[in-house]
Amino acid sequence: MSLIFALLILLMVSGSFVLGRSRAGALQSSAGLHSLPSYHGMLLALVGLLAALLVFALGLRFIPDYIPWVSLAAGFAAVGVFYQKISPDYRARNLFERITLWILAACATFAILVTIGILFSVLFESLRFFSEVSPLHFLTSLQWSPTSDPASFGIVPLVAGTLLITVIAIAIAGPLGLFGAIYMAEYASPRIRSIAKPLLEILAGVPTVVLGFFAALTVAPLIRGWGESFGLSVSSESALAAGVVMGMMIVPLISSLSDDIINAVPQSLRDGSYAMGATKSETIKKVVLPAALPGIVSAFILAISRAIGETMIVVMAAGLAANLTFNPLAAVTTITVQIATLLVGDQEFDSAKTLSAFALGLILFIFTLVLNYIALRFVQKYREQYD
Amino acid sequence: MTEFTMKGGAELVAKRYRAERRFKALGLASLAVTGLFLGFLIVDIMTKGFPAFFEHTVKMDVMIDPARIDANAIAKGDFQGLAKDALRDAFPGVSDRSGRKQLSAILSSGAGSALRDLVIADPKLIGTKVNVPLLLSGDADLYLKGYQANLGKNPGSADLTISEDGDAYNLTTSAPLAAGQIVRANGGAFKVLSAGDGSARAEAMEKPVSMETALAGKWDSVSFSTTESDRRSSDREILWLEQLNDNGQIAKGFAWRFFSSGDSREPELAGVRGALVGSLLVIAVTLSICLPIGVGAALYLEEFASKNRFTDLIEVNINNLAAVPSIIFGLLGLAVFLSFFGLPRSAPLVGGLVLALLVLPTIIIASRAAFRSVPPSIKEAALGVGASHQQAVFHHVLPLAVPGILTGTILGIARAFGESAPLLMIGMIAFIVDVPKGFTDAATVMPVQIFLWSDLPEIGFQSKTAAAIIVLLVVLFCLNAVAIYLRKRFERRW
Repeated sequence: MSLIFALLILLMVSGSFVLGRSRAGALQSSAGLHSLPSYHGMLLALVGLLAALLVFALGLRFIPDYIPWVSLAAGFAAVGVFYQKISPDYRARNLFERITLWILAACATFAILVTIGILFSVLFESLRFFSEVSPLHFLTSLQWSPTSDPASFGIVPLVAGTLLITVIAIAIAGPLGLFGAIYMAEYASPRIRSIAKPLLEILAGVPTVVLGFFAALTVAPLIRGWGESFGLSVSSESALAAGVVMGMMIVPLISSLSDDIINAVPQSLRDGSYAMGATKSETIKKVVLPAALPGIVSAFILAISRAIGETMIVVMAAGLAANLTFNPLAAVTTITVQIATLLVGDQEFDSAKTLSAFALGLILFIFTLVLNYIALRFVQKYREQYD
Repeated sequence: MTEFTMKGGAELVAKRYRAERRFKALGLASLAVTGLFLGFLIVDIMTKGFPAFFEHTVKMDVMIDPARIDANAIAKGDFQGLAKDALRDAFPGVSDRSGRKQLSAILSSGAGSALRDLVIADPKLIGTKVNVPLLLSGDADLYLKGYQANLGKNPGSADLTISEDGDAYNLTTSAPLAAGQIVRANGGAFKVLSAGDGSARAEAMEKPVSMETALAGKWDSVSFSTTESDRRSSDREILWLEQLNDNGQIAKGFAWRFFSSGDSREPELAGVRGALVGSLLVIAVTLSICLPIGVGAALYLEEFASKNRFTDLIEVNINNLAAVPSIIFGLLGLAVFLSFFGLPRSAPLVGGLVLALLVLPTIIIASRAAFRSVPPSIKEAALGVGASHQQAVFHHVLPLAVPGILTGTILGIARAFGESAPLLMIGMIAFIVDVPKGFTDAATVMPVQIFLWSDLPEIGFQSKTAAAIIVLLVVLFCLNAVAIYLRKRFERRW
């Protein structure tokens, strides 16, 4: 059915193009045309398609049964109207280009629509949630148990868990990424660079679900085994396992951003330092890094934002129990884990339990937005201008 | 000439050089750690997943009994029952109820379907005896792959004497024996109950044919690191499997089934076909939406838009969207596509829409870079010979930017292919056996299939998960290779 409809639309579009072009071509032999015949054809095809799609989009909600035929009819009607207008003086190209420009502008505006869509979907459901649960309770309660009776929606343990895992991840990824970037930018021979760069790209391209599997089935038992050999009790869903793997996930992000930033520091600064007799590492520590610091800080902030929003690794490797603890060997849960678990499976849209996921989403959205804004401002404010 | 000397100068220089070397080594070590992690990850997944590409079958003579298979309704015939009977006939000694049950448990519940396909293809086989490979169950398969805590089968290194001791037997040998082992000698089998120095007490699983001394190398023992109750296959099942193996009836082959069947509750029957098709459908939707919109937006921002507040707003928006966590897009999909527009749950259509929004910023940013890399002189030349602005852009700039756009798009698609978090929200996480046929059928995708399987406790599924990961990584690797090839092949320096 939908295939037939798509075929008919395609037929209409190509047919009207041929129709318009041949009609204009016939006129061309007798009089000079303003626009090339193909523009007449393209205009007809475009208006036909637009009319059909517009009617389709508008009518889908109201008359879903007849919509293919109604929209096809609208398309043919539009083609008919514009077919009548074809004449040597008709400015088909101008109209066609104007419509094209509008379409392109609409594409660009689509990004704003997505943001508005995100904002409204998250905000709207969150407001419904906050009409049932007070925002004060949500932000200050130390208890997160959405399924128990009575349910408690305190976000504090979730934020603590998220921060704990993020801190572990950054503690791993920060030094590894930064030192790696320094080595790549300042020391590495082209050969090492040609090995290390693709390696980091491969790591960046590994899907998070794969890293999650690795964290849950390999890293977590390893850490548990090591911990127990030292006599520590390690949870099988320890924050450490999730944090370590998440840290490795972030290494490519930090190192590629820092690499670019370090490379952007002008050579003249280094040369000046070398001329004073400084060694390479002294130059890096005293000259290059301070000059690159704003960019590096913003890279770290972006990495933090990425770690906070990461879902699959923590869903698979971190636990579900909302423990308020800062022990990296214990199981903690994160905001993203809770969103995922609350919304997987069938939901009723009127329970506080489901709606709380949207409130968590709102918090997460605000978190990342603020972090990105800070990163952006940091670079803008402290960036050195070299010319 | 004045010489500058400093007390301990040489030492200071040496110290500074040491610091230099340390610093450099630190950088190299960081890269090495990252590389080692990646290597460990890949080796771990490979070793876990590789066995899942193979399966074990047992070759059996199966009588296609015309009384049980109706030639007019072959598809409805009880082929599973035929397969089980063939196995029972091979072990006539097993007559107790639980034994018969255990015996049929070494066959997969899908063993009969191969038989059925065979008979459907050639109905003349009804009434004849056919020799077919029957799929073994997941547990039996795991035992044969060495996953059931089985330490291995060892031929006896010294002579073994067997003597009856009441209900049990005494096994005397200088070869090491341990409790829990299965010892096979003289056509019988024993389970070692307790082992002492040079002798062991054992109960007979199968009575031996003779009581004479079994010479070294003529008997063997199978040992385990766990007790029978901790294993998924019982001692008797293992004994049967070993006997079938000795008869040369068990064969190991490549598991094409993994690529040709959908999900299943049985690990040996589960495959990734459904998830792969689901992924393809999702990617088709994603591509058909985000490519035109992304390129259109990039064209507008790069070539047509005047610099004003509105375009600034759009740019900020795009950069922000690129940093929004993917799970938030899942919330958007749930609230907008499912609950507002009422689109079907679990459908590739919705999954594709959500992922399109997710990769849109990536494609816009890549396309803009591609447009920017086309030198303005080309556009100016077109304008100079009288082309309109749009003609210059569409006829000259766009074709030159296509390789860059394609590269960016492929990378975006690779990202969408591996993305799973937002798809969990819109219900693409259901257990779906059938391969989806359309954009509105319930479906799942590769990464979500991996997530689903990784949650299952069976070891068989753990291995399948890793195998599915290998498939996913291979697809991603190919996508990236194509992107790199395009970049290398069509990249032009102006």
